[in-house]
Amino acid sequence: MRFDSVKRKLLQDKAVRTLLLGAASTSILVVVLIFLFLGKEAASLISEPGLSALWDSRWIPVSFQDQRFGLLPLITGSVVVTLLATLFMIPFGVVSAIYLSEIASKSEREILKPFIELLAGIPSVIIGFFGLVVLGPFIKSLFGLPTGLNALTGALLLALMAIPTVISISEDALRNVPLSYKEASLALGASKIQTIWRVIVPAGLPGIIAAIMLGMGRVIGETMVVLMVTGNAAMVTLNPLDSVRTMTATIAAEMGEVAFGSDHYAALFWVGIVLLLVTFGLNLIAQRVLRKYQMVS
Amino acid sequence: MRLTNQSKQRLPWDTIIRWCMRFIAYSVVVAVGYILFDIVVKGVGSISWEFLTDYPRKGGTEGGILPAIMGTVYLTAGAIIVALPLGMASAIYLSEYASQGRFTRMIRLAIVTLAGVPSIVFGLFGLGLFVLFFNFGTSILAGSLTLAFMILPTIIVSSEEALRAVPRALREGSLALGATRWQTISRNVLPYALPGMFTGSILGIGRAAGETAPILLTVAAFYLPILPSSVFDQVMALPYHLYILATQHPDTTKVLPLQYGTALVLLVLVTAFNLVAIMLRMRFRKKYKW
Repeated sequence: MRFDSVKRKLLQDKAVRTLLLGAASTSILVVVLIFLFLGKEAASLISEPGLSALWDSRWIPVSFQDQRFGLLPLITGSVVVTLLATLFMIPFGVVSAIYLSEIASKSEREILKPFIELLAGIPSVIIGFFGLVVLGPFIKSLFGLPTGLNALTGALLLALMAIPTVISISEDALRNVPLSYKEASLALGASKIQTIWRVIVPAGLPGIIAAIMLGMGRVIGETMVVLMVTGNAAMVTLNPLDSVRTMTATIAAEMGEVAFGSDHYAALFWVGIVLLLVTFGLNLIAQRVLRKYQMVS
Repeated sequence: MRLTNQSKQRLPWDTIIRWCMRFIAYSVVVAVGYILFDIVVKGVGSISWEFLTDYPRKGGTEGGILPAIMGTVYLTAGAIIVALPLGMASAIYLSEYASQGRFTRMIRLAIVTLAGVPSIVFGLFGLGLFVLFFNFGTSILAGSLTLAFMILPTIIVSSEEALRAVPRALREGSLALGATRWQTISRNVLPYALPGMFTGSILGIGRAAGETAPILLTVAAFYLPILPSSVFDQVMALPYHLYILATQHPDTTKVLPLQYGTALVLLVLVTAFNLVAIMLRMRFRKKYKW
């Protein structure tokens, strides 16, 4: 009799385990489904007009005579904005992380950290709105431009949005540097600042680089800010004061008006595939780096 | 002698660098503060009982934002209903059952990948799978499911962290007394981990409420001044409404107060979630010191 209840308990245990395993497997399923359904909707472009149509410097999806689905202006748009944002993100993100983890007092940290966490939670559409009504006009008058909606405005806001990611991962990396390094450096007579820049930061560098890569992944995948403030002209340019159109903004702006199943529709899914592969690659490399240096369990 | 000279030379540099670093760190905080300040100060004048509880009129030029608020509430609630149990169950499996095998590594890789997928790509996925393949149409159901999978990694990662913070001894003691693994987890681990799990999940919920790109493709209605009657209806949503008012409205300068008002409501909603999470975490950290 008692034995039966033990048996039942063990059976229940097994059932729960299977149930939980099933739940955990959904993540794999979703990743597979994302690749599958992006591919499914994009597939029609392969036969007609062919994948080579994507390799073109013009994106003119709506035209009666000469439709063009060249991804190059969209890719350069994303790259320009991302590199520019990275330029701002590195000093502000990394230095803030070093300051928070090595220099700031405990009470200072407890005031600064919640602000950074709040920043991480501000919806991107609000940041974009702020860019539209405050930062854009400011940039416009600063440079004497006809409009303040350009790559620079977008990059500044994107950098701000990615900074919480950079700070939190860099901080982890710095905290993982063995205390003995710091103690040895200080014992040899190095000052605190020398210790930070010549011992702690170099030791934490792989983690910091991974943090920057994950930040870049966030920037390149961000939609609303670029849709609202970069001007959205699809042209190949490297000038930060030009209007650019990124991959994300193109999908968001055009998917609403496109006919399902058309070439234009399939081309937009190809934009999504490129975006997915780029962020997937950045993430994969960053995770490798973090794992190699034992910063991820 | 030389040493003291050198260290004397070093000191002003140290101070300068230290102040430069402090300046950079504070400038980020000032930027955040300025954005919040701008939205709050210019938005607070638009907030009224009518604005919060009335339907929009004349294409969103007048009236309130009730349908957008309710739309966001429905979408977020839908996302929680799906993502919370799924995410917590995944976390329990990963923290309590999983061995260091190949399959576990695959699950972890999938979670990291999901966390990095751009929100607009989630939108494409939701459009392809829920809207078209399952034929839900652009609806609350399609939007909620898309948002749910988007916030799933956040919930899993933070829940697992909370579970791992529970000391091993609590598990070992229970197992040694002959309890099964599930008895151990449900009675000796979960009670201590749940507060932390919920805290982390709140952050994911805040993200779902504020996200625009996925709902752009799966649910959101441009202008729909009624409340939905079923999960297969379209709804308005706060972030999308703000986007429309700010960029697509024929007279964007005239509706600027409405834009600020909508932005403030969204900001308060999302920030309230985040503040609660941050404060809860501080409290639990003090309460459970293992």
